[in-house]
Amino acid sequence: MKIGDIRVCIIRVGGTNCDAETKRAFEDLGARASIRHLNEVSKRRDLLDYHILVFPGGFSYGDYVRAGAILAKTVMSRIGKEIRLFIDEGRPILGICNGFQILVEAGLLPGLNGISDYPEAALATNIPIGYRCMWVYLKHEGDGRCASTWLIPKGRILRMPVAHAEGRFILSSEKDLERLIDNGQIILRYCDENGEYANGRFPENPNGSLYDIAGICNPDGTIFGLMPHPERAYYGWQLPDWTRIGRPPKYGDGRLIFESIVKHVAKKF
Amino acid sequence: MRYVARVEVSLKPGHSDPEGETTRDALVELKYPIESVRVSKVYEIIFEAESIDEAKVKVEEMCRRLLANPVKDDYKYSIEEV
Repeated sequence: MKIGDIRVCIIRVGGTNCDAETKRAFEDLGARASIRHLNEVSKRRDLLDYHILVFPGGFSYGDYVRAGAILAKTVMSRIGKEIRLFIDEGRPILGICNGFQILVEAGLLPGLNGISDYPEAALATNIPIGYRCMWVYLKHEGDGRCASTWLIPKGRILRMPVAHAEGRFILSSEKDLERLIDNGQIILRYCDENGEYANGRFPENPNGSLYDIAGICNPDGTIFGLMPHPERAYYGWQLPDWTRIGRPPKYGDGRLIFESIVKHVAKKF
Repeated sequence: MRYVARVEVSLKPGHSDPEGETTRDALVELKYPIESVRVSKVYEIIFEAESIDEAKVKVEEMCRRLLANPVKDDYKYSIEEV
């Protein structure tokens, strides 16, 4: 498929943010991206006209009940059928920040036993408590199977910002963590600028996340959720030090995520 | 029949509660020598059901489907006819 034919659906509801940045990132790569309100997508039932589905950042429905919970349940109740078909066909889904919380609350991630009716993980309140808006370093752990990161070499250190109060990834048991590791589902881990894992240490690990987890995918590698915001690190001029570094790069590390997902679709479909 | 359910969702024992810890520190600052604080959320839900048994089934479903995340939350509830 030509990149120009790829259609991206960015779901918006009250409280969504960075949907415009996400759209611009996909458009810069040549894909056709639309920001669609969930009400419209549920009414027209046209999700399957798209090749990539994105849940962007924000505070959907005011983060009431738990971050992402309301939108997750609403999506699954209204267009769950289309979402299941979307996943069965291997079309990629990306969840950024609140989008990651949504994918977890919807039972789509980690997906240890397929799509689950109840969450198998949680993004709990940050430790130390508080809303953290800061730049972090991430180590790419993927082995090339994740549709959203396959272009990034394993071990590459990426720099992106986080902005959240509930990003502490937790699981029910140690066994589930072992399964995630064995399945190669842990894609991004918080580290320092030299690539040393944060080991839970703040501020390198900004939220106390288990095993320094910043992003995971499902066992098939088609669904990917991450707490950092790649769309806020897409262009070189979005980097915090771009005026101080002599010749800033044209693009930031966030571009690699969008490029991976778009090129995956172009190759596969 | 009309029922009111009071659902309390709290973190499972052993799960850290940064909000509770911060609140405890603030209360200690105010010279209350307290040991710990745990924060929970209460939902008061008014709804229709045929019987108390059906009401219980409905509330149980609400908790499992939306109000609690089984990885970190416990829930308990009481139901009364109104």
